[in-house]
Amino acid sequence: MSIRGKAHIAGIYEHPLREIPDRTLSQIHAEVALGALADAGLTLSDVDGYFCDATVPGMGGLSMVEYLGIRVRYLDNTETGGSSYLGHVGHAAAAIAAGKCSVALVTLAGKPRTSRGGNRGGMSDAPEGSFENLWGLFGAPYGYALAARRHMWEFGTTSEQLAEIKVAASLHAQHNPNALLQQVVTVDDVLGSPMISDPLHRLDCCVVTDGGGAVVVVSPEVARDLERRTAVVLGHGESQKHTDNGRVDLTYTGAVWSGPRAFEEAGVTQADVDYASIYDSFTITVMETIEDLGFCEKGEGGRFVLDGALVAPSGKLPFNTDGGGLCNNHPANRGGMTKILEAVRQLRGEAHPAVQVPDCEIALAHGTGGSLSTRMGSATLILGREDVR
Amino acid sequence: MTEPAELPAPAPQPNLETQPFWDATAEGRFLLKRCDTCGTVIWYPRFLCPDCHGTETSWFEASGRGTIYTFTIVRRGQGPYAGAAPYVAAYVTLDEGPTILTNIVGCPPEQVEIGQPVEVVWHDTGEGSALYRFRPVG
Repeated sequence: MSIRGKAHIAGIYEHPLREIPDRTLSQIHAEVALGALADAGLTLSDVDGYFCDATVPGMGGLSMVEYLGIRVRYLDNTETGGSSYLGHVGHAAAAIAAGKCSVALVTLAGKPRTSRGGNRGGMSDAPEGSFENLWGLFGAPYGYALAARRHMWEFGTTSEQLAEIKVAASLHAQHNPNALLQQVVTVDDVLGSPMISDPLHRLDCCVVTDGGGAVVVVSPEVARDLERRTAVVLGHGESQKHTDNGRVDLTYTGAVWSGPRAFEEAGVTQADVDYASIYDSFTITVMETIEDLGFCEKGEGGRFVLDGALVAPSGKLPFNTDGGGLCNNHPANRGGMTKILEAVRQLRGEAHPAVQVPDCEIALAHGTGGSLSTRMGSATLILGREDVR
Repeated sequence: MTEPAELPAPAPQPNLETQPFWDATAEGRFLLKRCDTCGTVIWYPRFLCPDCHGTETSWFEASGRGTIYTFTIVRRGQGPYAGAAPYVAAYVTLDEGPTILTNIVGCPPEQVEIGQPVEVVWHDTGEGSALYRFRPVG
């Protein structure tokens, strides 16, 4: 496949100043963005792809899309030093050719001439930093606890219902000899574990583990010549959710956007999904994601997870059959890789026999990054068994 | 204006866009920005309006009142908050619209509830600024 003729550069802008001591990095990114878009006859509201390097202020592209007040379908933080922006244009063309975005914005900004220490960027310059780092919130649990509390208040969700998610994960982990936690737990065990950040208990939280994983993605031509059974990528969706100019709503995640995009591309529905790997940093992460992916109505997650709904092989939505991040593994504090791995095992029929979903044709894997519902990335993959067409 | 802190009050690190906000906190004034083009209240303060993308904005003084959107009780503090737990972190929806991260003070953590009306109190950082925190009203 070639991107030749599939994309065009429609607007350019060079900042006119050479010394800019009186503006922030964020502001300079915004100024050049507005300039190039104006040159093209477009506005920020038209932008659905954003490309930048790792020197942008804050948490990479997530902070910048929030600052700019945009929400894009394609975000690329590829960092390759001075050649980054050539790469970004190539990536943008490929993404456009593949239908992943239609207006891709690439920005670069720096103040090495007037800012001591040069182009700091990163979290130290996060535009939201001075309003969020003051309140004694350390580590991941607190943001998720804030979401859980609100979900309970709006929908009547209970700690017992959240605990059911941990119980299901533990029922799977008992079959995984590599799982960090292999012991089956009960709802009472979860509720009896120490409170970490109300209303989340220790057993509502994922494990902390070293480790890692990898996947190899190949073309159909390559795959055809391989003996090993593969999983075919049927659909992909991604999204960001941010504080949206103070319109904080902690009861849903970016999965409300990533999910439909993946389902549409794959041409399947929730009813077609035989197995789901659901990102499980905390029990509340799973509950909100199940709702947001459309496996039940918003607010019904608490009832959905009862009666072994998540337990393989016979539950209505078998999930995380490796034990997930809640029991098995959460390497480097990032659970996305392991979500893909277990989905592929299910599609190959190579999950543990006790938790293998019979005739598993369609699997979903969902990843969550950042802080739930406030500054987060979501990505949904839908995979098919090799013979799915 | 400001009163002694019952929680640690680490100093913020203002940047060129947020300096006016933090300067006003030293006088016990809670400033917000409003977009001159579409009228939207902007949070956090920045160069452009994240709603309409207009770049003309104006500061105004907020009421300092709001309601609790959600909260959690922190059981173990770190850094400047070591030894300060238990304390309450919360999102508060300001009467002017935006929902912002903060602490709830002035009442025992177990008495905090979603939906409670609150008002701002200022905790001096000792470095020319004050932190906005909120306490239940009435």
